[in-house]
Amino acid sequence: MRDPLSSTIREIKPSGIRKFFDLVSEMEDAISLGVGEPDFDTPWHIRDEGIYSLERGRTFYTSNAGLKELKEEIANYLARRIHVSYDYRDEVLVTVGGSEGIDIAMRAMLDPGDEVLIPQPSYVSYEPCAVLAGGKPVIIELKAENEFRLTPEELLEKITDRTKLLVLPFPNNPTGAIMERKDLEAIAKVIIEKDIFVLSDEIYSELSYKGEHVSITSIPGMRERTILINGFSKSYAMTGWRLGYACSPAEIISQMTKIHQFAIMCAPTTSQYAAVEALQNGDEDVAMMREAYDQRRRYLVHAFKEMGLDCFEPYGAFYIFPCIKEFGMTSEEFASRFLQEEKVAVVPGTAFGDCGEGFLRISYAYSLDNLKVALGRLEDFIGRLRAQKA
Amino acid sequence: MREKILTYMERNSRVDLKDLAVMLGTDEVTIANEIADMEKEGVICGYHTLIDWDKTSSEKVTALIEVKVTPQRGLGFDKIAERIYNYPEVDCVYLISGGFDFMVMIEGKTMRGVAQFVSEKLSTQDSVLSTATHFILKKYKDHGSIMVPTAKDERILVTP
Repeated sequence: MRDPLSSTIREIKPSGIRKFFDLVSEMEDAISLGVGEPDFDTPWHIRDEGIYSLERGRTFYTSNAGLKELKEEIANYLARRIHVSYDYRDEVLVTVGGSEGIDIAMRAMLDPGDEVLIPQPSYVSYEPCAVLAGGKPVIIELKAENEFRLTPEELLEKITDRTKLLVLPFPNNPTGAIMERKDLEAIAKVIIEKDIFVLSDEIYSELSYKGEHVSITSIPGMRERTILINGFSKSYAMTGWRLGYACSPAEIISQMTKIHQFAIMCAPTTSQYAAVEALQNGDEDVAMMREAYDQRRRYLVHAFKEMGLDCFEPYGAFYIFPCIKEFGMTSEEFASRFLQEEKVAVVPGTAFGDCGEGFLRISYAYSLDNLKVALGRLEDFIGRLRAQKA
Repeated sequence: MREKILTYMERNSRVDLKDLAVMLGTDEVTIANEIADMEKEGVICGYHTLIDWDKTSSEKVTALIEVKVTPQRGLGFDKIAERIYNYPEVDCVYLISGGFDFMVMIEGKTMRGVAQFVSEKLSTQDSVLSTATHFILKKYKDHGSIMVPTAKDERILVTP
């Protein structure tokens, strides 16, 4: 029989997290710090709106780009939160999670051989999406000494004549790094000068703990060359609803809408109605969750300092990215042994790119009580490792 | 800072002050002083334990009593409230807007005990016009804590 598969898909490696997931799921009483989603339930008034929309029999398709009310609310929200205005009629597209936005933006923008700059460590889907869209991923390795921010020098170094798009994943999963206004202004200069585009994945925008989140779209000259990706998963604890959105100049959104229309038709209708409620009445919930994450973040940073574990202070998302190089093990070895000996799951930094070697991603989307138990075990574990070494 | 301390302590008054200081980005002395001040000022009025008595072997009944009164000249509602809240079996007394004046919550060992309190001590007061007693059958949520079993963490253990 002929090979049923394409050579492109064969060459894409499965997510590094998968392997670890299999290990963890075999263990019965493991506790986990490996989850990449909020521990809060979707606020009840939002769930209730979803239920109501089902009761009302709103089980039809919406228009391809999404419900008009929702697109209007998204535009209002962006004006309110990041001070950038988008025309809801032709600059906003409602997608199935931020993930779909990433995929179709790349498919809409890349020609075969176009280079896509991907700073790592970062979320697992940018690289495969670029490959599937026919692009060529070019990795920028972010450095701990820069607090995993992207510098103009690092950017400039990787730009070639074929560079089309830069992925900008901040606040960052897995490092918790953010880009402040000055950092964005510095890279914006290079971006404009070299005439490249930006796919700015700001899904964690509401989880920013050092002043207000700054979107690169608010830097002069950047709105017209940026595809902004955001969604409801992290800010409103709505991961399972699968709802996100993309915003950009109409020229790009209209082509993305074409792909979306043929591949997806429209985002889930129930989720869209619930999301209208989230944007209209959810600001307080967001603030409450942000405050809770921020408290745990401070707690973890402090605990790691006490343990003598090398770690920069993260100001975004709900991850902390400590360095474990002192133990002379790979991230994967460390994570496997920690799981086997202490039954705590963390994600090796290498799941997010080779340059994540020597780091672990620890999620604080858990209650303080949970975190305390896990931290106690981590302290025991590294204490043992240090004693063995001495 | 006060608001943050109170928001946290309203849900967990047993938080370790050292932990709370770390979480709020300040030091333990500041937190301890703020709390001491708030206790002095009566902002923090007490620390209690939330108990689901249904899960113990003790029998307890709780009743909500709507009370209509005629306020006394020159004394208003406060004096009447005082006469009610001074009974140790009374848990809460609220002045209420709407169809009646006070909402009184009382806890007793038996329904008969509660009924006796209402008929002998509450209704007999001069300013009390009428009462309506509602016995609580089941507590679902109290002080923000859900008392019926809730769902466990069902998230997949490791996700990107």
